[in-house]
Amino acid sequence: MSELIRNRLFWPVLILVGLMALNVAFTDNFLNIQVKDGHLYGSLIDILRFGAPLILVALGMTLVIATRGIDLSVGSVVAIAGALACLRISDLGDQNSVTGVLAAVGVTLALTLVLGAWNGFLVAAVGIQPIIATLILMVAGRGLAQLITDGQIVTINSSPYKLIGGGYWLTLPFSILIVVALVALTAFLTRRLALGMFIEAVGGNAEASRLSGIRSRGVLVVVYTFCALCAGIAGLMISSNVSSADGNYAGLWIELDAILAVVIGGTSLAGGRFSISGTILGALIIQTLTTTVYSIGVPPETTLLFKALVVTIVCLLQSPAFRQKVVKRRARPVAPAPAPMSEREPVTNR
Amino acid sequence: MAESAPIVRMSGIVKQFPGARALDGVDFRLLPGEVHALMGENGAGKSTLIKVLTGVHPVDEGEIELAGRPVAFSGPLAAQQAGISTVYQEVNLCGNLSVAENIFVGREPRKFGRIRWREVYRRADELLDRFDLDVDVSAPLSSCSLAVQQMVAIARAVDVEAKVLILDEPTSSLDADEVAQLFRVMRRLKEQGIAILFVSHFLDQIYEVADRITVLRNGRLVGEYLTRELPQVYLVAKMIGRELAELEKLEGKPLARTTEPLIEARDLGRAGAVNPFTLTIREGEVVGLAGLLGSGRTEIARLLFGADHAGGGSVHMGGKKVTLRSPRAAMNHKIAFCSENRREEGLVDELTVRENIVLALQADRGWSRPVSARKADELVRKYVAALNIKGDPDEPVRTLSGGNQQKVLLARWLIMEPRLLILDEPTRGIDVGAKAEIQRLVVELSDGGMAVLFISAELDEVLRLSHKVGVLRDRTLVAQLDNDDALTTDTLMGKIASGAPS
Amino acid sequence: MTATTLPARRFGVPRKYVPVAVTGCLFVAMFVIGGFRYESFATGQVVLNVFIDNAFLLVVAVGMTFVILSGGIDLSVGSVVALTTMVSATLMTGHGWPAWPVILLVLVMGSVLGFAMGAIIHYFEIQPFIVTLAGMFLARGLCYTIGTESISITDPVFTAFAQTRINLGPDLGISPSVLIAAVVVLVAGYVLHYTRLGRSVYAVGGNENSALLMGLPVARTKIAVYTISGFCSALGGILLSFYMLSGYGLHAVGMELDAIAAVVIGGALLTGGSGYLLGTVLGVLVLGLTQTILSFEGTLSSWWTRIFIGLLLLAFILLQRLIGVRRSLRPSGS
Repeated sequence: MSELIRNRLFWPVLILVGLMALNVAFTDNFLNIQVKDGHLYGSLIDILRFGAPLILVALGMTLVIATRGIDLSVGSVVAIAGALACLRISDLGDQNSVTGVLAAVGVTLALTLVLGAWNGFLVAAVGIQPIIATLILMVAGRGLAQLITDGQIVTINSSPYKLIGGGYWLTLPFSILIVVALVALTAFLTRRLALGMFIEAVGGNAEASRLSGIRSRGVLVVVYTFCALCAGIAGLMISSNVSSADGNYAGLWIELDAILAVVIGGTSLAGGRFSISGTILGALIIQTLTTTVYSIGVPPETTLLFKALVVTIVCLLQSPAFRQKVVKRRARPVAPAPAPMSEREPVTNR
Repeated sequence: MAESAPIVRMSGIVKQFPGARALDGVDFRLLPGEVHALMGENGAGKSTLIKVLTGVHPVDEGEIELAGRPVAFSGPLAAQQAGISTVYQEVNLCGNLSVAENIFVGREPRKFGRIRWREVYRRADELLDRFDLDVDVSAPLSSCSLAVQQMVAIARAVDVEAKVLILDEPTSSLDADEVAQLFRVMRRLKEQGIAILFVSHFLDQIYEVADRITVLRNGRLVGEYLTRELPQVYLVAKMIGRELAELEKLEGKPLARTTEPLIEARDLGRAGAVNPFTLTIREGEVVGLAGLLGSGRTEIARLLFGADHAGGGSVHMGGKKVTLRSPRAAMNHKIAFCSENRREEGLVDELTVRENIVLALQADRGWSRPVSARKADELVRKYVAALNIKGDPDEPVRTLSGGNQQKVLLARWLIMEPRLLILDEPTRGIDVGAKAEIQRLVVELSDGGMAVLFISAELDEVLRLSHKVGVLRDRTLVAQLDNDDALTTDTLMGKIASGAPS
Repeated sequence: MTATTLPARRFGVPRKYVPVAVTGCLFVAMFVIGGFRYESFATGQVVLNVFIDNAFLLVVAVGMTFVILSGGIDLSVGSVVALTTMVSATLMTGHGWPAWPVILLVLVMGSVLGFAMGAIIHYFEIQPFIVTLAGMFLARGLCYTIGTESISITDPVFTAFAQTRINLGPDLGISPSVLIAAVVVLVAGYVLHYTRLGRSVYAVGGNENSALLMGLPVARTKIAVYTISGFCSALGGILLSFYMLSGYGLHAVGMELDAIAAVVIGGALLTGGSGYLLGTVLGVLVLGLTQTILSFEGTLSSWWTRIFIGLLLLAFILLQRLIGVRRSLRPSGS
């Protein structure tokens, strides 16, 4: 039992299951998934579909946080990506031209790569603290997004573009397919290839990594670039879903939700080991929370309250100091181990 | 010499850490108005003794008395309030505050709750005046030299009515003038009756300022001596000791190699780390570096691995000049380096044993060409068996004992099949069995043609393994001696102590 | 022999004042350029208007300065400002409470919220970023729970504060809010530079571990800092209520960013321990003047403000980095 509790996915899974149970209790057919017009429908599908952008952003954020960094600029990148793509498409003679949309998407993703590389450059080469380095783009980025759209909300009518965030393919929402593909790609890069090991090594012990021959600066630039790319794709999704780009409000606070998802998923803000599945769980918890608030009939405005509650609970449960001071105090007979040990114990005991 | 009653008396101190007995029945006393040097190599128990005295660690056995009364401090703060102040090598002050504030912060002179800055500056000036320090007390501390920072830390400590002042390696980053300045201050404090516990690795400094010396070795008390009655060479012998019995003898004495030079360092140096040195390492040759901690032995290793940038000089391999700009560059030239600081510069704690073993190989291959699981398994199995690593390869490396961690680090670099392997204190803090295994490994590797730069504080070990020994003293490579029958630990000690053959 | 050398070294700008001096010069330069470009710009009232339009931001930024000096960050300030406007408006307009008890209540509420966050940060060792993020969600969520519509404020005390102008001379006037903000700045400046609490804030921000070893009350200082920030946010919220005469859950969205930007542009280090309140005041003025210039320019749209602030941030962070590199003697410099 204690082994199970110590598993870092234990609490997130428990909370997700709890939220699901609440939904099942309050909503009829919550678990039902049906096929209508060749498309999958159902509450669970909706959670995935609406949660897709957050999962993407959180995915990139996971890798950044694993290197002991943070990226505050993702929300702005979301806005910039949506703005640029929509602007390019609205300039097309035929908004339904597939090549035109592909070109717009290509240019947009290229721009997000540049933005990510900029963050990586500031962190890795100039040596600015990540939170400050990315604050610059966070502040300026919203301005850039509005500059691109000239302060207007750009509305488009393009069915190929609509596919990204709102369309279906092979009965599944296309956005879910994108997420699956990107998660698979990330898992491949980090777990099948050696990128994950480098990231964890740099986040775990930067000096030892350097002395082992890892190019830590390169790793940092790659990670920040990847994070911006994920945010860019999420930006495409969000703008595609509503067929418009709003430089001011698109992706507002998504960086906070993403960081939250990562932390809930058990990746420490202090860097090192990261868990992609944990992050996806975290993002799903946040999305399910929103759904739950709707379904149990609480006014939707209070979602933020519940979010605050969940953040506090999860972070307290994961804080060694909290366990030491509150949990251990009640279970007095346990030998008083030095503070950091509780987290440092191996996950499995033999 | 008439002795007053000791201000600090520690008797029968035992401190057990998981896997090691850091202090084993140590007695120690400190008299008012003396400078007392605490000497010993790494792992001798100096810092543990200080930490026990200042309440960082509780004692397992034994008693501590301050001015005749038994005490047990809850922490450095409590010790400080009782009159025992510690100044560490890395100054524990706030660099962003002014010099004066650092002395008075938390106890500034006030009037109706308002800090009287004039008074703060005036008193800080007065205090530092007594130390013969001419600094702008309103300047931020970080703008001052390290020596001044240390002096300010001492001033703060003394002004809090210290009876005992512990100086833990205060001189390691100071230049000669700064050291002289520090010593002036220490003498002045001594005259005021303050007891000073002084830790330093520089023998000359000890003999210049200390009245009395206590030597520790492997957690045990070797003895307490008056400085003037203990010649340097005896001190070195007492610190280093001899560990003959447990280690099996290796066959014969290694003979000097006449193979091709593998790597030549010419006037390589780095300001503040090690003075320019010239050193040739031949293929299949084991070159030992002997010297006390802080003598520049680690710095030589780091320069040869590209971990630090050299300030001057050049490195040649196979007759051609090479630039070792980074560890990667050194790795491309088949150079490997096991740092003495396993925890901070070697292993990545959170990663598994397996990942730590293949880390360098993977770094060399790049992220896109992963070491296949089969290859990794094979390598890990091979080296776990060859080096006798005890532990589960899939557990985080931090769960292993020190000796096994050291072997993991060794395995990481042996996989790379280096031509030059730099080992910085590979046998420190590990048990005798593992020690013997690592020594045997070094012999095997060099017989196989690998060059090894072997750094160790234990002269026996250096002598047993090396074909050639470089002796370091005060950041200078003072001698390079072929390991023939004439070379004994005594000659080495003489070199280390005086810089000249004894 | 030492004291006499003191005054001589005070000439010129010591390095620690460079960032503040740069911000000051920037402000003056912006003002002069504006004066040449636009008619009726180079008047005292333009500067005073910057104060009038940003009094609430100034108060919030003062609280943020305490937090950042101590090495922390407070993301909750904007939400607490909104919550304050919302609570005041509801109690006065909806429930007919008189103004003064409401003001007292919201000030206490902000302080308590800050206190709670500070306590969690210190005792449970959770990053300030996460804790104040939760605080931000909490406060914003409470706003929406109270109501999603804007509620106007008609209380005579508030309208009086909103409409009163204090004349400082011919064609020069300020609002009472500016006066309040000025008092806050003066008190905060006094606390930071003339009390033990203030110096502890700097010490904790410089090196928390050292501060602990030097015997400073680290716990008390850290908690106090977030409490002060909570109080300042609530006070800022009251000033915003004076300014807007309404309570609304979407007030002050992103104000935490403006406050952080003002502090950084004012020359403080986000790593803590370095910076001056004067810098923060100048930072707020630069932000405000940027907006004023853009409004005078007319053709330039409002989003240039954000881009300009971003560029300013970049410039100041690079400047800090440059100073920092030259200052740190040892490579480790954290």
